[in-house]
Amino acid sequence: MTRLHPQTLRIIALFVALLATVLFFSTQIDSYLSPRMFTRITTSAAVILPIAVGQAIVVMTRNIDLSIGSTVGVVAYLTGEFLGGHPDLHPLVVALLAMGIGGVMGAINGVLVAWGRVPSIIVTLGTLALYRSFLVQYSDAKTITTASLPQWLVDLPQANAFSLFGLDLRVTVVLALLSALAMGLALTRLRAARRIYAEGSNPDAAVMAGINAGMVVFVAFVLSGAFAGLSGLIFLAKFGNITVVAGMGFELKAVAAVVVGGVSILGGSGSMIGVVIGCVLVDTIDNSLTRWELVSEFWRDALLGMLIMAAVTVDTVMSRSLGRLGGKGGA
Amino acid sequence: MMAWLKTWEGLLALLFVATFAGNVVLAPEFLTIQNQINLFQLSIEKIIVALVMTLIIINAEIDLSVASVMGLSACAFGYLVTGGFPAAGAIVVCLGLGLVAGMINALLIARAGIPSLVVTLAMLIGFRGFARVLVKDQSMGNFPAWVTHLGQDALVGPLPLSLVLFVIFLAGLGILLHRTGFGRQIVVIGTNAEVARFSGLNVARVKTVLFLMSGFIAALAGLLYAARLGSVRGDAGTGFELDIITMVLLGGVSIFGGKGSMTGVVLSILIILNLRNGMALTNITGHIQTGVIGVLLIASVLIPNLTNDLRARRAKA
Repeated sequence: MTRLHPQTLRIIALFVALLATVLFFSTQIDSYLSPRMFTRITTSAAVILPIAVGQAIVVMTRNIDLSIGSTVGVVAYLTGEFLGGHPDLHPLVVALLAMGIGGVMGAINGVLVAWGRVPSIIVTLGTLALYRSFLVQYSDAKTITTASLPQWLVDLPQANAFSLFGLDLRVTVVLALLSALAMGLALTRLRAARRIYAEGSNPDAAVMAGINAGMVVFVAFVLSGAFAGLSGLIFLAKFGNITVVAGMGFELKAVAAVVVGGVSILGGSGSMIGVVIGCVLVDTIDNSLTRWELVSEFWRDALLGMLIMAAVTVDTVMSRSLGRLGGKGGA
Repeated sequence: MMAWLKTWEGLLALLFVATFAGNVVLAPEFLTIQNQINLFQLSIEKIIVALVMTLIIINAEIDLSVASVMGLSACAFGYLVTGGFPAAGAIVVCLGLGLVAGMINALLIARAGIPSLVVTLAMLIGFRGFARVLVKDQSMGNFPAWVTHLGQDALVGPLPLSLVLFVIFLAGLGILLHRTGFGRQIVVIGTNAEVARFSGLNVARVKTVLFLMSGFIAALAGLLYAARLGSVRGDAGTGFELDIITMVLLGGVSIFGGKGSMTGVVLSILIILNLRNGMALTNITGHIQTGVIGVLLIASVLIPNLTNDLRARRAKA
């Protein structure tokens, strides 16, 4: 009998949990299993998925990035404002611009964590406040409106990439999936990206193996910022109207998606396919609760918190019992 | 004296004198007793929680859920009183809720061994979620007169109840940390939990007590907040953890555990209160103030790190 790798088992378990959740809500909510609901959930997950990918990389290096919600807001606002003055920019340039702004904000976090040796929780709690207050001050309470945006961006959320079995996959969804796929391929195939796992599973060993630990952490934060920039752009396209509260609280959803998706909070392990499923699961629960008549939508955050806690507890208990098995020389 | 001024606490004392003097120059009404009491009262909930956060961070843990526990307690109070529950009973229930919240954190951290950062981050979301479940998008008020009286008016001389409580907690927790065996255990575990365990200290018990205290005091702070404002909403206390943690770290408490003093934290509280008051007097908006606090938070860990590097490099040369 071939044994399944624990990571594979986890993905299967996650997928079953997602299916069970969908099945459960389909018995509770009328016309739940519809193409419309599919589009609603996937487009909403598309905003969170890029930041979840970035957060996953940071968590794999044993750090955390709480500033990404504010980064999403700042990037959405600045990009929207810039587009108002330069409507003819090529979409690719716009995407690079958004990711560039996010990357710079991530780099500030990265420098402070990697070389200032300030714990990431402190740095990003600080920049969470700092970036948001920058946005409030800079915007001067003015709102970016759909009217000032170029037509291609306004049309983007409704644009279809392709249809499968009657279900529409929007361009934004494909974009988000591509970012996860690219990162997933890099993490499994690229030598440079494998360093992220090395740094997270044992920082001391990583240093002895000649890995520039500071650089790995720095790059992780830059990537996290850049992915938050991509989220910011998708956010801008999806909502059109950007106020100073844009993206607030997204960091918590991203943490939830990452942890539920099986990225170990102790660093060094996790997969992008897990993050994708975790992200879809979190957004499915979120979107379904707002339509579930039996339970008020105010339960969303309470459930989200319990979901994270459950995932982490299972993760800790499982990895500990696996460790015990290994200690006995059995597995 | 000169040597003391070169320590972190000395630096804080100088900073405090500077902010204080700045305020005196900027605003003539600053020195009145009423303004001095206002100064404290407007942030009293945060500074009470900062005291217990000091012990937790010295113990090399963190509690990110305090602001949500405050919100939960305040909202539960509003919910119960609006539902016709007697206020005195509601207070007991809310304090009990704080203990339950602390117990949940403690079990997961001390018994299950999950990092406090993750547990309390999840609870930051979870407890806030429960607060929202209770009050939804409403504002709940109409507390009995004696509740708002206790929350707003002077009790002992010019001092309101919250300030009296702050002084009591400061003395109590200061003595606990610096003068008792339990306090030594907090520091030793914060320095090196492994060594502490092998020396026969009951690490799990110390951590359990700390998180129970944190839950209880945060719930109490939530009640004071509700009583001071006279009504509660679902977002009561949101984001307070930023100020609270900044007060502790600026006070010279090491984020890596094992180091810190109440004197430093009190000085840092005074600085932050004066800074916020001064900024408000010079019409700097709340958002900029929050940004400044964010910078202070990072700087209070970054600067000691950098000076340590410099010192090490000088020692080598």
